[in-house]
Amino acid sequence: MKLDSMYQEIILDHYRNPHGKGLRDGDAEVHHVNPTCGDEITLRVKLDGAVVEDVSYESQGCSISQASASVLNDLVVGKTVGEAQQVQEAFLELMQSKGQSEGDEEILEDAVAFAGVSKYPARVKCALLGWMAWKDATAKALAGHPEITTD
Amino acid sequence: MTYSHLTGLLDTDAIRKDFPVLSRVLHDGKPLVYLDNAATSQKPRQVLEALNAYYEQHNSNVHRGVHVLAEEATALYEGARDKVAAFINAPSRNEVIFTKNASESLNLVANMLGWADEPYRVDADSEIVITEMEHHSNIVPWQLLAQRTGAKLKWFGLTDEGRLDLSNIDELITEKTKIVSVTLVSNLLGTVNPVETIVRKAQSVGALVAIDASQAAPHAALDVQALEADFVAFTGHKMLAPTGIGVLWGRQELLEDLPPFLGGGEMIETVTMGSSTYAPAPHKFEAGTPPIAQAIGLGAAIDYLSAIGMDKVAAHEHAITAYAIERLAEVPDLRIIGPRTAVDRGAAISFTLGDIHPHDVGQVLDEQGIAVRVGHHCARPVCLRYGIPATTRASFYLYSTPGEVDALIDGLHHVRNFFA
Repeated sequence: MKLDSMYQEIILDHYRNPHGKGLRDGDAEVHHVNPTCGDEITLRVKLDGAVVEDVSYESQGCSISQASASVLNDLVVGKTVGEAQQVQEAFLELMQSKGQSEGDEEILEDAVAFAGVSKYPARVKCALLGWMAWKDATAKALAGHPEITTD
Repeated sequence: MTYSHLTGLLDTDAIRKDFPVLSRVLHDGKPLVYLDNAATSQKPRQVLEALNAYYEQHNSNVHRGVHVLAEEATALYEGARDKVAAFINAPSRNEVIFTKNASESLNLVANMLGWADEPYRVDADSEIVITEMEHHSNIVPWQLLAQRTGAKLKWFGLTDEGRLDLSNIDELITEKTKIVSVTLVSNLLGTVNPVETIVRKAQSVGALVAIDASQAAPHAALDVQALEADFVAFTGHKMLAPTGIGVLWGRQELLEDLPPFLGGGEMIETVTMGSSTYAPAPHKFEAGTPPIAQAIGLGAAIDYLSAIGMDKVAAHEHAITAYAIERLAEVPDLRIIGPRTAVDRGAAISFTLGDIHPHDVGQVLDEQGIAVRVGHHCARPVCLRYGIPATTRASFYLYSTPGEVDALIDGLHHVRNFFA
């Protein structure tokens, strides 16, 4: 069934047991909304020098947006900001691929499960909600710490 | 399954043959079950043929032309105005203004009042009254007007049952109220509102009343004289017509007194480089080339609905809605947001399904060929009122069948199993 390509078991697992959910201490906080469906996320980024120490969030929304935030937490925490930004860009590229890309599992790990979602234009925004919030929060956190370089 | 206990059903086998899209088959052989009628209706062959005939035989700009096509196009366009006037029992065809949609109609009213002279002018001493169950199209234009004039925006709240809370009507509608704008039928809750109570109160303080009939005009007889309101707005595409055509009905003396909003071609009497005078209503409010084909399509849609009879359409939808409410009660964890009976209720039913997000509900239903709408339905304050982020909404029309209700129920059981 076509639906299984969107709702991969790995996505449903993250949806049922989200990783890193809950708000904790952070250097910057953002609130993003998907106006078409009302999905919301409040997300904080905590940096330790150039390393992403924590990504914490409170959110409400569909299984895709919730699972995506959970995978985001898995993938970027512990990486340098530069590495994490590469993952974010790879995920964005995958979601914009209209089902034409399978994603690079080396970089994206569990996030390749979202390849099927890219075939559903109405759901791409759901998958990107947490990631765009992270990008925005990270930019804000970096602006507060000009000494950190991400090269 | 037999449906002999349902009374007032239309001959949907015959009606559905007029709607080509309803015979579509989706996703590996699933027949389309179209339950998104509150968002937009499907179009019958008769409307599509009217559009084609216009473009193939009569296409021309309307008014002033002296050639054959211009005269034919004008007669068709103005003929559509006559059909709308008869459909809503307007005292005069000159009270029917064609717009792009109901949003434009309501924005037009707000802008007329913002630029009006006394006694209609909305200013810093004025109050505007709406309700918490309005579509954003009947909220945002009034917020804009309030922000630009300094007027105060007030609103009726909602009861837990999804009805308007009229208990504080005397505090809400006062001598300061210039305009009360309220929906006849909620697009999210399905509630049919007791607008006569509101109209009477508004009249007693000299306030104008605008009615958003977008979810009413497609589904039951609409009589603007019986409503006793001052303005009535609705849109064509929810009542079998194409997109891009809406209606604002307004009382003639108001349309004569109130200023135009958009300026341009067709809305003038004379123009010099210094100033202009304006055409009489309705043309004063129809600047530029209008949506000609779309208006003609609306006329054809009205012919189609009138041939069936709006009372019969209403009876059919009432039977389908009552059946749907009864069957939805069988689905565990399903909570209807809005009235839980078919009394004073339209054919849109919103619900939540446990903690499964409506996006996920809609996606799994789609896989079974069932089209519903998910989200806040452009009525986000209603979702906030009931403490939910969004709903799933099934909405019916004259071609909806009890079998489609059954398909929805089966689909919802499947959704629950999928996310269990």
